[in-house]
Amino acid sequence: MKKELVELKINGRTHELAIEPSALLLDVLRQDLGLTGSKRGCDESSCGACTVLVDGVAMMSCTLLAASCQEQEITTVEGVSQHGSLAAIQKAYGDWGGAQCGFCTPGFIMTVKSLMAENPDPSEAEVRAALSSNLCRCTGYSQMYAAIKSAIAAERNAMVEAK
Amino acid sequence: MNHERIVGTAVPRKEGREKVTGKAVYVDDMVLPGMLYGATVRSQIPRGRIKKITFETSVAWSEFVIVSAKDIPGKNCIALIGDDQPCLASDSINHPEEPVLLLAHPDRHALRKAVDAVSIEYNPLPAIFTMEESERGSEIVWGTDNVFKTYLIQKGNVDDVWSRADYIIEGEYSTGAQEQLYIENNGMVAAYDAKQGITVWGSLQCPYYVHKALMALCDLPAEKVRVVQMETGGAFGGKEDYPSMIAGHAALLAMKSGKPVKIVYDRAEDMAATTKRHPSRTRHRTALSRDGKILGGEIEFTIDGGAYATLSSVVLSRGAIHAGGPYYWPSVRIRAKAVATNAPPHGAFRGFGGPQSIFAMERHMDRIAQVVGLSPVEIRRRNFLQPGQTTTTEQVVRELIDLGKLLDRAISVSEYQTKKQEFAIENGTGATKKGIGIAAFLHGAGFTGSGERYLSSVVGVEGCADGGVRILVSSTEFGQGTKTVLCQIAAEALGLRYEDVTIAQPDTTEVPNSGPTVASRTVMVVGKLVESAARGIHQTLKLSGMLGDSYSAEEFRAACQAYVAGHGQLRSWAQYDPPPDVFWDDEKYRGEAYAAYSWAVYIAEVSVDLTTYSVSVNDFVALQEVGRVLHPVLAIGQIVGGVAQGIGFALFEKVIWQQGRMQNNQMTNYIMPTSSDLPPIRVFFEELGNVHGAFGAKGIGELPMDGPAPAIVNAIEDALGVRFDSIPLMPEDIYDAITARSLRGEDEVASVIR
Ligand code: FES
Ligand code: FES
Repeated sequence: MKKELVELKINGRTHELAIEPSALLLDVLRQDLGLTGSKRGCDESSCGACTVLVDGVAMMSCTLLAASCQEQEITTVEGVSQHGSLAAIQKAYGDWGGAQCGFCTPGFIMTVKSLMAENPDPSEAEVRAALSSNLCRCTGYSQMYAAIKSAIAAERNAMVEAK
Repeated sequence: MNHERIVGTAVPRKEGREKVTGKAVYVDDMVLPGMLYGATVRSQIPRGRIKKITFETSVAWSEFVIVSAKDIPGKNCIALIGDDQPCLASDSINHPEEPVLLLAHPDRHALRKAVDAVSIEYNPLPAIFTMEESERGSEIVWGTDNVFKTYLIQKGNVDDVWSRADYIIEGEYSTGAQEQLYIENNGMVAAYDAKQGITVWGSLQCPYYVHKALMALCDLPAEKVRVVQMETGGAFGGKEDYPSMIAGHAALLAMKSGKPVKIVYDRAEDMAATTKRHPSRTRHRTALSRDGKILGGEIEFTIDGGAYATLSSVVLSRGAIHAGGPYYWPSVRIRAKAVATNAPPHGAFRGFGGPQSIFAMERHMDRIAQVVGLSPVEIRRRNFLQPGQTTTTEQVVRELIDLGKLLDRAISVSEYQTKKQEFAIENGTGATKKGIGIAAFLHGAGFTGSGERYLSSVVGVEGCADGGVRILVSSTEFGQGTKTVLCQIAAEALGLRYEDVTIAQPDTTEVPNSGPTVASRTVMVVGKLVESAARGIHQTLKLSGMLGDSYSAEEFRAACQAYVAGHGQLRSWAQYDPPPDVFWDDEKYRGEAYAAYSWAVYIAEVSVDLTTYSVSVNDFVALQEVGRVLHPVLAIGQIVGGVAQGIGFALFEKVIWQQGRMQNNQMTNYIMPTSSDLPPIRVFFEELGNVHGAFGAKGIGELPMDGPAPAIVNAIEDALGVRFDSIPLMPEDIYDAITARSLRGEDEVASVIR
């Protein structure tokens, strides 16, 4: 198939790439750009391991055409930590047992990031509903709820301190 | 040295930072220069012989590397316990996912079309798909009688008890196949060069299983086979034996092409072709006294092993030993049998036979309670094993376990009695029926019987040039926290900081064979060896006069640096040494089956919606005694994760079979619990300690898989008054049973009452 030139904005950087029009975003991230943090668990939008943010919205990159994301801001797990220091949600997932084998973790972190942006104070029911798009076979999810709670508290404290 | 500052605390996971930043490297994240992608052409029929293979001309075959059984340099088998499973079928086909040919190509996307363009003609043979068909023996598909293995466990004389019994209670229980469904599919990368031999990197649990299999398959000496574990995205037993197959395939393609080859399964292939939990059937016939005491019983435990022997004999063994549950049997006869069918081989999955036979025992216990007229609580209390009594294999319970106390605590934290009363009233009206159910159980830690003696595991601890300490083990991390806990143990044993200890990536050229990472053995068995190897480092430093009995972390570091500077290397090894008083008879299956058991009482609360027939688990209490909890966050994580899988086993996860092939091999039609499906899972620990494990730890990983299914089904019976003896229990099964009952217009009467 003929390749086309596209421009993708990923984690704040613009990449110009020659890709096939049918190329999926997950393949482009992992193969063309070496951003292997986004994982492949199924290929059919059912596990959420490939979740990235597209203009802040959590999307499954395994079924998303890369070419359709031009002009949009793509964030992957590699873009979550800033200058080498962990984002609150990353630290909390580490501390509270949110990650066991870690394979689902990048996807969950992206889903939680979008939840926290949309709803700064989610109830446990809202957290459960938000996470239900992603599958984790290791944790049974409960330690993730604790992690999310603590990340929200940490961000709130940081904001208070900044003021 | 300070006393236990690290063990028992929630130190950060060793590989945690890599995991939360996406930097952890899993096998599919690896790229080697010139690497090809590999794919597998599989059989399409459950049984038969290959007549002819045709390569359709629509594909440019010259671009592909093609491997068949003829290309195997060594023995065409996946060496494990027996050698019956071929790496590539050359003639006979025994299940519908049997690998026949391997293809490799530089473009991953070109492979799918090529796989489809290979057509295989067969002379089909009749196939069998159920345990019953296999037992009937009308078609012999394995050996001379379709039987992989049998065990007979006998205690006392059970034939004597029937005449003395006030009640004889029978039941038959069954469990279905269950897919491990780790989120990372199986995968391997292999590279070959004539001088160094073969190297594989992969997602796997047992580096030395793969090592052994590759030596036989590639006809290479030990030093020319190197196996490296990559970060592994979940395993649960599902990466115990099948990785040897994939490693073999990648290795054959790499040897033939001279290029590195990566094989990573997609979800559909992983679910259909790799192992699952053995389906099982258990029959109980139990003699009881009027006051509800077990006098004796017969238990028949049968599992479906699929087409090849693989791990079935050991799964069967664990299932048989756990079949009597945590109860005292004055006499018992347990007959266990693993039979062949024409499905892909079933394999290891967390619990390893235990969840199957314990489901039966704990359902049967509730049945016994009803017949005898006691509560589920009381019937268990009266029959619990007590210290000093013997198990079904006549192992004396030396641990000071008080199961009655465990039960009391579980009842109180779950508010069992209050809820029982409330539900009895509430269930009178409305379309939602609530129930509460109990399961009590045990799980043996480590290999069964003489297993640990045969394994004879070795671990190493190294004092490094920079003064740090590094652990050398083949035990793998796949989420449970192996790396973290073993580092805690070494740091504790040496009085160092957790940060001073690291652990080597499992690589067979670097680490000794500390046995497979299975059977809840890592913390108890390997951990104990790490503790003693670590102490060996201190011993060496002390004998060399470089360190005293008490020291600071800095003094240790300096001594270690000085020793390595002077001697080149500082290493200490420890090898498993069986306790002298342990007796196990492999023939009679009698004696000390496990060095230690973990014990538990789980309580599930459910509601059943009579308009949709769906079950929700509303509350779950998991109380266990696992010895010393070395890391509270990881331990809770193990329990909650195991309970979630157990809930899936009971209510969600149904493999639909057709002609030996899984039909619903996608995450959209094989359903595992999501965050919206699970109740709060409340975890409680009792800590008794254990002389066999590092700092008193026992096994923890598998235990939580055993209890949820029976506790839930017991709760469903409590809610509906209808008996269910088979899992997975789907809404349609509940619908059928309720309609059948209302058609009959009566409640079922317990089977045999004398
Ligand atoms: S890989 Fe995209 S949802 Fe599973
Ligand atoms: S941590 Fe393993 S799948 Fe979520």
